[in-house]
Amino acid sequence: MTLPITGETARWLAIPFGMLFGVLLHRGGVADYNVIVNQFRLRDFTVLKIMLTAIIVGGLGAWALHGMGHAEYQIKPANLLGVALGAALFGVGMVIYGYCPGTGVAAIATGSLHALVGFAGMLAGAVLYALSYPWVETHIQTVAALGKIRLPQLTGIPEWCWFVILTVIAGVVFWLLETKFNNNGERDPNNSLM
Amino acid sequence: MKQNGPHPDSDAGRKVAGRWNPYLVGAALGVLSWVVFAVVNIPLGISTPISSAASLCATPIMGSEAVAGNAYWTKFPFKWDYHMLFLAGTFLGSLLSVLANRSFRLETVPSTWVERFGKSRGKRLIEAFLGGGIILFGARMAGGCTSGHGISGSLQLALSSWVFFLTLFAFGALTAFLLFGNRNAPSR
Repeated sequence: MTLPITGETARWLAIPFGMLFGVLLHRGGVADYNVIVNQFRLRDFTVLKIMLTAIIVGGLGAWALHGMGHAEYQIKPANLLGVALGAALFGVGMVIYGYCPGTGVAAIATGSLHALVGFAGMLAGAVLYALSYPWVETHIQTVAALGKIRLPQLTGIPEWCWFVILTVIAGVVFWLLETKFNNNGERDPNNSLM
Repeated sequence: MKQNGPHPDSDAGRKVAGRWNPYLVGAALGVLSWVVFAVVNIPLGISTPISSAASLCATPIMGSEAVAGNAYWTKFPFKWDYHMLFLAGTFLGSLLSVLANRSFRLETVPSTWVERFGKSRGKRLIEAFLGGGIILFGARMAGGCTSGHGISGSLQLALSSWVFFLTLFAFGALTAFLLFGNRNAPSR
C-alpha cells in the first residue's frame, strides 16, 4: 500500500477520522460552553492544555514524517493583515458564541440548542464572507502577504529548537497550572496565580 | 476538601465524570494528526466545509445564479468531499460519545452565562447567533479556525497559524474581560 491514500478511499476515511476527532472533543470537555468561556476568563485551562499538548505531540510526529519523506507540509499563507484581523474577530466571536466551529458542531450533538442556533449564525457569517470575498481578497489579503512561510524559515532557528522551546514553555505552564490550580482546572483559592 | 472538586450541582461537577485527562486528549489529537498526515496528507479543517454548506442556504435567498456566480463559492463549492465528511464525522463521533456516557441533555442557557446575564433564553440565542456569525467570518478571513490553524497549522510551525493562535487568545481574553469583568466565581 502506498501512502498517502488519495481519491475515493481517502474521502471515506474522513468519517472515521472525523469521528475520532468528535469523540476527543467531547471527552476532552471542550464541547462545553463553560469550559471554553472560562478558558478566556483564565479560570479553566482545559483548552490550553489540550491544544499545547496536541501541537507538541503532533508537531514532533509531523516533523518526523516529513523528514522521512512520508508527508508534505500543508501551510496556510501568511497574509498577515487578513490572519490578524480574522483571528481578532475569531477571538471575539469565540467568547460570544462560547464555542469554536469544531467544538460547536460537537456541542450540538450533546444537546446544546444555543450551539445549534450559533451554527445557523456561522452559516450567515459564511454568506457574508462569500459576499465580501472579492473585496477582502484585493484589499486585505494582499497586505503583508509573506506566503506559505514557516517559523524555522522566517527566523533561521532550526525545527528541533522550536520544539525544545515549545516543550519548555508548555512544561512550565502545565507545572504552574497543576500546582496553583485544583484538579478540575479551577482556580484554587488558597493558591492563586492572580 | 471542599476545594478538591466542583460543587456536585455545578455544571463542571455534572460533566466531569465522563471526561478524560486533557493532556491525554491533547496527545491523542496529536497522534490522530500524525495518522491523518501520513495516511491522507490532508490537514484538519472545519470552517471550510461550513462555508461551502452555507451556499446551500444562500441559494433560496440569493437565487442559484448569484450563488453560482460568487467567486468564493466557485472556489469552494458545496460537495461531499473529504472535509464535508470529516465535519459529519465530528458530529457523529461526539454524538456516539455523549450517548455512550449518557450525558445528552438539552441546554439553552449554560451555567456560566446564567451567573452573569440571567436566565433569558432569547438573549442567549441571539448572542449565540451573532457570535457564530462573527467567528465564521473571522475564520474565513484568517484562512482557518481552531482546527485548521490552531492545531494543524501550529503543529507544522506555520507563521500564519501562530499569528492566528496568539491573536485569537489575546482578543478572546479581552472580550471575556469586557463581557464578564474580573469578578471572582460566586462562593460555594
